[in-house]
Amino acid sequence: MNLDDTSLRALCAGLRERTFSSEELTRAYLQRIEQYDTHLGCFITVDPDRSLSQARAADVRLARGEGGPLTGIPVAHKDIFCAEGWRTTCGSRMLSNFVAPYDAHVIQRFNEAGAVILGKTNMDEFAMGSSNETSFYGPVHNPWQTAHVPGGSSGGSAAAVAARLAPLATATDTGGSIRQPAAFCGISGLKPTYGRVSRYGMIAFASSLDQGGLMAPSAADLAWSLGTLVGFDERDATSLARPAEDFSTQLEPSLKGLRIGLPRQYFGAGVDPEVAQALEEALRVYESRGARLVDVDLPHSDLSVPVYYVLAPAEASSNLSRYDGVRYGWRAQQYGDLDEMIARSRAEGFGAEVKLRILTGAYVLSQGYYDAYYLQAQRVRRLIQQDFLQAFERCDVLMGPTAPSTAFRFGDKGSDPVQMYLSDIFTIGVNLAGLPGMSIPVGFDGQGLPVGLQLIGPHFGEARLLAIAHGYQQATDWHARVPGRGEKA
Amino acid sequence: MKWEMVIGLETHVQLATRSKMFSGSPTAFGAAPNVQADAVDLALPGVLPVPNRQAVADAIRFGLAVGAQINPHSWFERKNYFYPDLPKGYQISQYEEPVVKGGVVTFALEGVPHQVLLTRAHLEEDAGKSLHEDFHGRSGIDLNRAGTPLLEIVTEPVMRSAAEAVAYARTLHQLVTWIGICDGNMQEGSFRCDANVSVRPRGQVEFGTRCEIKNLNSFRFLEQAILHEFERQVELLESGGKVVQETRLYDPERDETRTMRSKEDAQDYRYFPDPDLPPLCIDAAWIEQERAALPELPAALAQRLQTRFGLSAYDAGLLTASREWANYFLVMTGEGTLDPKLCANWMTGELAATLKRTGLEVQDSSVSAHQLAALLRRIQDGTLSGKMAREVFEILWQEGGEVDALIAARGLSQVSDNAVLEKLIDELLAAHPAQVEEFRAGKDKVFGFFVGRAMKASGGRANPQQLNELLRRKLSGS
Repeated sequence: MNLDDTSLRALCAGLRERTFSSEELTRAYLQRIEQYDTHLGCFITVDPDRSLSQARAADVRLARGEGGPLTGIPVAHKDIFCAEGWRTTCGSRMLSNFVAPYDAHVIQRFNEAGAVILGKTNMDEFAMGSSNETSFYGPVHNPWQTAHVPGGSSGGSAAAVAARLAPLATATDTGGSIRQPAAFCGISGLKPTYGRVSRYGMIAFASSLDQGGLMAPSAADLAWSLGTLVGFDERDATSLARPAEDFSTQLEPSLKGLRIGLPRQYFGAGVDPEVAQALEEALRVYESRGARLVDVDLPHSDLSVPVYYVLAPAEASSNLSRYDGVRYGWRAQQYGDLDEMIARSRAEGFGAEVKLRILTGAYVLSQGYYDAYYLQAQRVRRLIQQDFLQAFERCDVLMGPTAPSTAFRFGDKGSDPVQMYLSDIFTIGVNLAGLPGMSIPVGFDGQGLPVGLQLIGPHFGEARLLAIAHGYQQATDWHARVPGRGEKA
Repeated sequence: MKWEMVIGLETHVQLATRSKMFSGSPTAFGAAPNVQADAVDLALPGVLPVPNRQAVADAIRFGLAVGAQINPHSWFERKNYFYPDLPKGYQISQYEEPVVKGGVVTFALEGVPHQVLLTRAHLEEDAGKSLHEDFHGRSGIDLNRAGTPLLEIVTEPVMRSAAEAVAYARTLHQLVTWIGICDGNMQEGSFRCDANVSVRPRGQVEFGTRCEIKNLNSFRFLEQAILHEFERQVELLESGGKVVQETRLYDPERDETRTMRSKEDAQDYRYFPDPDLPPLCIDAAWIEQERAALPELPAALAQRLQTRFGLSAYDAGLLTASREWANYFLVMTGEGTLDPKLCANWMTGELAATLKRTGLEVQDSSVSAHQLAALLRRIQDGTLSGKMAREVFEILWQEGGEVDALIAARGLSQVSDNAVLEKLIDELLAAHPAQVEEFRAGKDKVFGFFVGRAMKASGGRANPQQLNELLRRKLSGS
């Protein structure tokens, strides 16, 4: 088995033809995790016994000739998804002792498909961060350059896929948490349309923005597995019913006549020249295959970061109120009365970034400030949505950089939270508008760090996005490059 | 100075849905602690609320029943505060746009019609319960009630006496149980009132400062709490003090209200629209569907009982006290052969008394409407006297059975056959010639003697009216 150079389709074929068993495949990945993850830090929890027992169950199905595209495939899950019997921490000390008693809808769908839970991946605490540095469980190292961050908040999933410690990972994206780490780690990541993936069992950060998605080396891998991820769930009132789609059979449309919209706001002065250079070359590839470039305008895009940092903390401040030490999670040892028990449990259980956002959120919702912050942000959110809808009248897909720079060094943005927040400047608008977005690797900078191209589609345009990404990946091999994983040479 | 009382009520009506407002857990009362709380009620990480369609339907029905506007586009907000029995750290409620706007509740108080205007009715979820006793200095949390659907019904500050407030609350209680959205059980907390009370000098237009008295779960407490609060505020004002806006708790054992929290420590609840829930959109088709499912309302039925059956307003009011009570009456009169007044008298008399004595509700009555109707039919056709009917009723209540079979088996039918009665009287007169003479000499009192003897001779079954007539005729020698 060459796990560095394989596709999900090939793994699935190998399992079906009994070239190898799911148990063998799972052991192989577990062995890689054991070998590399001590210096990468991708996983918070690995439980080989559980994984292997799922693998053996998958083998029984496979032996009967049953199963679908993911039966027997090991999948790494972001530690934000509740999985029954698995410790589910959300990157926080608050949930360091929380063993989920139920499966998230996403986990349930993967389990039903016969996929194997390979482990729970590291992440920024409660998905709040862009570098994975806010995790209570230590940093994740970028497999391309271990002194650099993997991005966040889905840093563990991105680094695990990049280092080929898992062939596929789930992740979530509230303001760029799939696309930005995918870009930083040189892999393909997809955030579907808001409402396509049930949020049931996905620990909430900002409910109106959170969306589950996938990370894999290639767009073809994402297409292979997306059908398992999406689907209506009556337990999520924001879940949308859509006809089932087979994404992997829709991968071959021609790029001829494709209208690629280039938002002028995404190609401004803030973009690192090396990133801009790699993007230029990627757009040439598209042009050479028959696509047309169209300039478009997203006039309110400079407001997306401030709007996001009002709305997301507002929702988070309320969503995180349930962590009070009463029923589960971290409880302070010393306290006088009930109020103090709650206050101390939260003070001890949450990290600094989470506290900062809770305070910000409580502030913008408080009496006298609500209209000026929260309501105003909601109004601007609608303007940002309209910008996108208008842009899509003139093009089929929007493209631009996923992030203004490649992966930065640990501690580089530590002192000023606003600098960190600005690394999501190109990804946040997509969440505010509920659109599907992707990041695919399109080259490297001088330090050998990957550059990501962001693709944004209209609502429910996942199949087309995947096809457009796949078209590029058939002409290039950036997605097939494998990093050194921090090994000492 | 004469003081005027101003009252507005907020009533929490627990909706009689099978499952909770936003989860699938059952809502039955009295289960062991925390067995009726699922992952959503416990607010485990990752869970989400899904609105209960029946609860919304119930709110629509209530709105229609009080002639309110059903809001086509309302939404749910989060009310944020920390308390150990509030698992999410926020309560899902409706703040800016309630599902029901306006409406009016009408009733008569001492014969005078009253109208109480409603401000709104909104949907929300209940909290759990904190239990501070029995845990040796620790606190217990029971989340069975957490997430139970509530309809909070808010009036304008339009009531001017405790009696009016109680009459409103009773009418509201009758209405929500009548339309089947609430079981009305006040001991179990299914219907709880908060009273906003203020006072002002008579004639003054501006309202005084109000106090809110929380959690009044009986009509008696509601009345006592309002009266007490009125006195407290008047005393305070008359002694030169000022009323401070605050929330007070009524203690029925001491018959007093005491401060729970003042406006100064009022929390900022940081309301904002719940991003987990799409707006609540109610279209005309849904409203019409609920309208069609709505039963005839008590006021309309009481009116119909008066015009169609010729009952008094008083009787009509008694018979529409509850839907079960009204149904009982309608079943009895359904065949159209019984005198409605006779039915009304028996229900408000014998039946009501027996139910009260046995502590049963009319729907659990040992004598069904059909049985009572069969019994009254035998009064109407002369088979039974009123007294005999009461005996049969008692047997029916105790032992059950079929009315005609009982009458036959116990030989209880009334003797109304003239020939039989005449024969009986003739024998009686022949046996007591002296008394006959006395009567004929003008001693009218002796008539009673003959009635008694004749009744006794018939085993109490002689039709009293017929017996009287025949006896008088025979004694007079005609």
